[in-house]
Parts: sequence; structure tokens; C-alpha cells
Amino acid sequence: MKNKKQGSAQWLSLIFLIVLGVVWITPLLYGLMSSFKSNLEMQSVGFKFLPINWLFTNYTRLLQNTSNTPVFRWFLNSIVISGGSTILVLVVTSLSAFAFSRLRFRGRNVLFMFLLSTMMFPPVMNIIPLYKIMTTLGWANTPWAMIFPAATGVFNIFLIRQFMDNIPIAYDEAARIDGASDWQIFRIVILPLIKPVLFVVALFTFTGSWNDFLWPSIVFSDINKMPITPGLKLLQGMYVADIPTLMAGAIIAIIPTFILYLVAQKYFLQSMSLSVGVKG
Amino acid sequence: MVQIALDHIYKKYENATNYSVTDFNLHIKDQEFIVFVGPSGCGKSTTLRMIAGLEDISKGELKIEDKVVNNESPKDRDIAMVFQNYALYPHMTVYDNMAFGLKLRKYDKTEIDRRVNDAAKILGLSEYLKRKPSALSGGQRQRVALGRSIVRDAPIFLMDEPLSNLDAKLRVSMRAEIAKLHQRLNTTTIYVTHDQTEAMTMADRIVIMKEGKIQQVGTPQEVYDNPANVFVGGFIGSPAMNFFNVIFKGDRISDEEGNFELEVPQGCAKVLNDKGYQGKKMIFGIRPEDLHTENAFLDTFPNAVVSATVVVSELLGAESQLYSKIGNAEVVAKVDGRDIKETGSELKLGFDLNRSHFFDSESEVAVY
Repeated sequence: MKNKKQGSAQWLSLIFLIVLGVVWITPLLYGLMSSFKSNLEMQSVGFKFLPINWLFTNYTRLLQNTSNTPVFRWFLNSIVISGGSTILVLVVTSLSAFAFSRLRFRGRNVLFMFLLSTMMFPPVMNIIPLYKIMTTLGWANTPWAMIFPAATGVFNIFLIRQFMDNIPIAYDEAARIDGASDWQIFRIVILPLIKPVLFVVALFTFTGSWNDFLWPSIVFSDINKMPITPGLKLLQGMYVADIPTLMAGAIIAIIPTFILYLVAQKYFLQSMSLSVGVKG
Repeated sequence: MVQIALDHIYKKYENATNYSVTDFNLHIKDQEFIVFVGPSGCGKSTTLRMIAGLEDISKGELKIEDKVVNNESPKDRDIAMVFQNYALYPHMTVYDNMAFGLKLRKYDKTEIDRRVNDAAKILGLSEYLKRKPSALSGGQRQRVALGRSIVRDAPIFLMDEPLSNLDAKLRVSMRAEIAKLHQRLNTTTIYVTHDQTEAMTMADRIVIMKEGKIQQVGTPQEVYDNPANVFVGGFIGSPAMNFFNVIFKGDRISDEEGNFELEVPQGCAKVLNDKGYQGKKMIFGIRPEDLHTENAFLDTFPNAVVSATVVVSELLGAESQLYSKIGNAEVVAKVDGRDIKETGSELKLGFDLNRSHFFDSESEVAVY
């Protein structure tokens, strides 16, 4: 009796998940298919999922037009920005987390609470002051405008600190007795042990930076300097009537994060459990 | 050569109201094997960690070789320490774990290699040097932890409950191995445990602690035969010493309920009289093995026999332990394995009064 019940519950959840999956993936697939259609087909034929004629010209045209919409250039900019943010975030957050987890200094907990409290403000509140700071520093239209603010991710510090707190303090003490300095303990003992959480932070930071739209569209006005997300917005203005080309641009933009997800699926899932405080 | 002196050491943790360690005085001789023993929370690990430099000393002086080291960092005290959970770095091989301290101290490669291989040979780890700790059994990990200390060739070894994560059988064999290692290396060793058997079997001198204070310091034989107070009497020895509240009158002791009356040997009675205990309440202690059930004893000392009721009897093979009651007082006797008794049966217990202990009923300090 019980098994039967369990079985039917499993079937129900399976059906539910399939429906949910279809709902989620249909627009994506439709976008992908549309990027292979001609504009004429898109506008004249009614709703049709697959293209009648498969065309790649949308992609080639997009990549060849380098004057008004340098897609390839944006793509490279995005890689520089996201890659740079990731590296800086890893260095800054792992070191701060080590300090909050391992070093004893006056006001440590108060400072940490203060940092956490900054998470409670909606990020949008930051935009105007941040813009002011960036223009004052002369960083508008440079990758720094995106890389530096990313390093202040308090949540990442919190995540790494939680992970570090689960590493027995005896490791540090053993190393200390063997003659290690704080830096050596961090570098030789702790850093290799927190690799899983660093991976998660790297993935989050990279995708977060890649997908960020609001901030880069404010801080970049130079076409050649901007990353791909505000670039897509420009595409929209340029190809307002040409949906297939727009779709091609969008598909190009999601390639890196898509590949990243495929390669690191396991770590994304792990990140979910990490963020609820369960050790992965 | 090395000598560790702890002079009036106190420890109070931040935000704590009480001292965790109070007035700890001890001088440790070169090559000595000292065991700190006591129940959890007695301050033994704290004291060890103060010696290691992992905890600050609140008050008092710690000297190593006549040099005050209170403010020296752990690495400058030249000590090696084995932790309860081994603290082996999971991402390093056994070899790298053992070589870690030497690499940090910038020894040259051939010297590191020689030392690690020597230690591995002593500990039977030569085949496992390339493995990661996760691929080792508990006993092997324990050995690696020891090895990590041995390679350092430090004059002082500190061990913080190193065997408590092992199963019973392994614990016994590792116990012997650590003792052997000490004989071979002759390193001054301070060993912390809550297990009185480990303390008895390994120590040159035992330091028994309770609530942050030293209760007694002495060789295993001394603390067993002459416990300084009720706590030490009850803590050292398994099963624990039996205690009775008695009144000393004339040359006899009797319990308050009148369940037994025994004659105290002359020498003992004299001491008790001299110390002014005539007619006063006392605590009378006797070890389980000094209670007899064999007829030869009962016939020879008919005046030292008390009747009891068996509550539980445990056969351990060669011996059995009879948990019984004399009136309301519980008593354990360690007797021959063949003397197993049924629950509820009457039992004649012969007290070997020449081996009795007397304690002040208020201060619980040993009187005789």
C-alpha cells in the first residue's frame, strides 16, 4: 500500500517537473530556432517552431558588422570584465573570510555584522552614488567600473567564512606549532581545503557579472568599451524590425554561461546546498 | 636537559567568571612521561595548550629550560604536539604531512627525506607514504600524527588525548607503542587523557586534576596506594574505590545505620586517635580487590566479615565484579571469576582492613 502511494507521488512529481521544464525551455528554444529564420519568414508565417529554411546569415551579418554593433568586441569586453571580477573577488573574499573566521582582532564580530547589514539594502540604492564615484575616479567606460564594485560581495565572504568555520581549528594549531605564520596557514593549509566553495563563488561571480545589465548600461556609453549586455540593448535599437538577428545576438551572449553551466553543473548544485549552510 | 616548570599558573578565559586552571604548580624533569588525567572540564587540556602556547597564560610563569616562555609564540618553544583528531591535512600525502614542519623550518631536502623515512620505519608507515590520510585506517592516521611529531626531533612532546578516537583494542596496542616510543626517543612527554588506565600504564608521574586544580601528583603506584583525597581514590582504579560514611569509636568503625561494625587495625587506629578523630564521622574507603569472598579469608578474619545482597554480578572471565548493597550503601567487589553470584543472593564480604583508607568527612582529604 505504502509503496503504491510512494510510486504515484513520484509519478506526479515527475509530470509536474516535466511540465515546468517545458514551460521554462520553450521560449529559449523558440529564440534559438528563430535565430535561424529569415526576417521575412518570421513576420509573414504565423507561429511556427522550426525554421522552414535554415539560415546562418543572421549570425554572420551580426559578427561582420563591426562599426555600429561590434558584437565580437563586446564579447571580449565581457570576458575581460567577468574574468577580472572573478579573480579579484576570489582574492578579496577568501582573505576577508579568513580574517573573519580565523584571526582574532578587536571588533571582529561587530564589523562582520555591519558588513552583513549592508546586504539588506537593495543594490539599486547604490547605483547613483556608485556612478558618481566612478566618474570622479575616471573609471566610467573602463572595465574597472564593473570589476571593483564586484569585489565588495558580502554574501561571498559570508559563504566562505561559513565553510571555513567547519574546518577544524586543530589544522591551524598544528601548523602554528610546526612554525607556520598566518599567511602560510592560509596559503598552505586553508586555501586547498576551501576549493569547493571558491569554485562556487567563482561561478556565481562570473555568471553574475556576465548577466549584469543595469549597472553596465549606466556606466558604459562608449560602444567599443561596453560588455555584451548593454550591447544587446543597442542591437535592439538597431535591428528593431529584425527579430531573428536580435535572437542571434542573444544566443551569442548566452554561450559562455551556458558552457560554464554544462561543465560545472555539479558545482552549481553544490552551491545551492552551500548557501543554505549545509556542507557540500 | 629540558625541564618544564609551571609556577602558579592560572587561566581565565575571556568573559568567564571562574578560573579554568587555578594555581598549577609542577616541575617536569627531563625525559619524564607526565600524564594529566581528570574528568572533562578539569583544565588538563587547557594546561597543555598553555604549555604549547596555543592559549595565553593569565597569571603565573611557565619556564622551559629556565627561560620564561609566557610570551613566546608556539613555534619558538620548540615543541611537537599530537592532537586528538590528528589534524592531518587531507590534501597532502602522508609524506607531505610528516615533512610539513621541516619544510616550514627550511630543512634541506635530503635531511627531510632521511627523517621522514626513519620515522616511517619506526612507525611501520613506509608503504603508506604516498597515500592521502583519507585512505588510512584510524590507527595508521594516529601513527602519522605521531610521525609528524617525531620527525621534528623536538625535545618536548605534547599529546592531547591522542587515543580517544580509536577503538578499544587499537587503543591498548597504541598505548604500548607510545610507551615503547618514549623509551626509545626519551623525549620529555606530557600526555593528556581522561582514561585512568592510560594514565596508570604509561606515566612516570600522574597529575590528577579536578575543576582546574591539581589533586595529587605522584607515580602510578603512589596515587593508587595513597590517594590524597576521596576524588583521587574514586578516580584512579577501576572499578572505583568503595566509600562508606562511618563513625570511628574506640578502635572500631560502624556505619550510621548499624549494618556493620569493624575493628580497625591497631596502627591505623592509633593514627586516627592521634589526629583527633575519636568519636567523629569519617569516610572509609576500600578498593574492590580488597573485598574477599573466598572461604580461606572469611575463616581467617571472621571479625571482618559483613553480609551484603548481590544486585548485579558481572563475569569478566578471570574475575568477576559483584555489585552489592550493604544496607543502602553500594559496594563493588572484585573477586575470582568462579565466585559469580546470583542477583538477590546473600553474600559474605571479607574486608581486608590492612588496606583501608580513611578520609576526613568534610574536607575529604586523606587521613590514613
